[in-house]
Amino acid sequence: MFDDVNDLYQQVILDHCKQPRNFHEMPDATRMAQGHNPLCGDNLKLFLTLDGDIIKDASFVGSGCCISKASASLLTDNIKGKTKAEAEKTFEQVRDMITTGVVNGDVGKLAVFAGVHKYPARVKCAILSWHALIGALKGEAKPVSTENEQT
Amino acid sequence: MNKTVDWAALRKDFPILDQKVHGKPLVYFDNAATSQKPCAVIDALVHYYEHDNANVHRGIHELSNRATNAFEAARTRAAKFINAKSADEIIFVRGTTEGINLVASSWGTKNLKPGDVILLTEMEHHSNLVPWQLLAQKTGAKISYLPVTGDEGLLDLSKLDSLLTKQVKIFSMVHISNSLGTLNPVAELCARARELGIVTLVDGAQSAGHLPVDVQAIGCDFFAFSGHKICGPTGIGVLWGRQEILDAMPPYQGGGEMILTVGYDKTEFKHAPHRFEAGTPDISGPIGLHAAMDYLDAIGRENIWRHDQELAQYTYEKLSALRDVRLFGPKLNSANRAGLVSFLLKDVHAHDVVTLADQAGVALRGGHHCTQPLMHKLGVESTARASFYFYNTKAEVDRFVEVVKEIQKFFGQ
Repeated sequence: MFDDVNDLYQQVILDHCKQPRNFHEMPDATRMAQGHNPLCGDNLKLFLTLDGDIIKDASFVGSGCCISKASASLLTDNIKGKTKAEAEKTFEQVRDMITTGVVNGDVGKLAVFAGVHKYPARVKCAILSWHALIGALKGEAKPVSTENEQT
Repeated sequence: MNKTVDWAALRKDFPILDQKVHGKPLVYFDNAATSQKPCAVIDALVHYYEHDNANVHRGIHELSNRATNAFEAARTRAAKFINAKSADEIIFVRGTTEGINLVASSWGTKNLKPGDVILLTEMEHHSNLVPWQLLAQKTGAKISYLPVTGDEGLLDLSKLDSLLTKQVKIFSMVHISNSLGTLNPVAELCARARELGIVTLVDGAQSAGHLPVDVQAIGCDFFAFSGHKICGPTGIGVLWGRQEILDAMPPYQGGGEMILTVGYDKTEFKHAPHRFEAGTPDISGPIGLHAAMDYLDAIGRENIWRHDQELAQYTYEKLSALRDVRLFGPKLNSANRAGLVSFLLKDVHAHDVVTLADQAGVALRGGHHCTQPLMHKLGVESTARASFYFYNTKAEVDRFVEVVKEIQKFFGQ
């Protein structure tokens, strides 16, 4: 019945939403940011452990839809070991990909989110954790919101 | 279903329903958000703009007379629709939200002081929460809430006595909950409040077009509803208030249309309802709403209520037969259940349910339904919701239930 949605709910996404990776609190995190999506009430907390400029560890907790959970799960896998600058560059690639469907450069497994742009109502779900990441890297105390995202 | 109404024939009055979405026949189950519009309403709007369009009230020419007559005829019709004593008690507003804001801003600012209490219920839509919070900040009044009894979604009336204190000045309540489908005993609540001299407001957004409404029988002081949820256009709604209360209220907004005389220092205002309608109003809105009210009453709102309740009961029964479905609102065969069903599938987020249902042509709503505090109370972020109107059918419910089963399969349950 749902053959057409395979570009949204790709196997990798279903896998990460059912069994999210790095899904736990991190008591000794050096950075934390909260993401909030007012549209659906989704909330997540992203934890980072920075060693100088390097992201040594990343984890998250929270509740959300399949897309937002899988996005946070894949994000935490992806950014471990990256420098802040590399993570910020990945954010830009992911944001462009999620909003336009165009993949610039190698984004690895994150390419599974390229189909999200066809579902405008779901763009915010996919991008929530990435905004939280930028908030955490900037050390923002206020929760970040998807409300100003141009979709 | 009632034998005297040909529901299938009525469905043909709605051109929008006859279409495919993502290649599948559209099943429109988002009626609590907005209803679809019958040809009678669309035609009334077209006729007005093709033949009678002019500004109202001040004109002397023929078109202005026609527009004014049609505009005021809609006011008279709205009074009849809710059994108001007089058309002077009908204020045209943008919708339920603006109606409540008008009361909070005008009546509330004049009548509330620090220490006063605004009583609401825990199941209010944000439109019946936020205006009161703003008013409380402005006046120093406090807000208290009549509790909801968990997933079943009934008001806990045992708490009413202790909450109806001398400090309560207004009790504002929803008639039918948009996220639970509960029909509240508003006549009983208003009677209890009236004994203590407490002013009452009923939010009729989900009720006005779905069951017969008689504001005098309810015994409230204010009643607000939206045109677009009852087959009318968006941007038009009605606030009804008792004449004596309206006449004692200061203006809501200032401008043309609402004045008797204006000087550089001093202005005299018209009586209600014109005192509350500053500027050129939405004229086509009331005209479209008039056609919608005629259309609904030709069917009979008692018939619509029975039809919608039957669909909701049928849906509730079908969904409760599935495993891993959490249902909200009054239980099966409850007379308090209106025509909508809120639900959650285990381990599947409401937005994923709605996205997949959409792919199958079924339009649902998923989210907090503008009742975030209620969602927190129930311990959920969101629910999925199917809401019905008289043009929906049991066959559509069957289709919807098949889709729900497929969604469960898709997420591997």
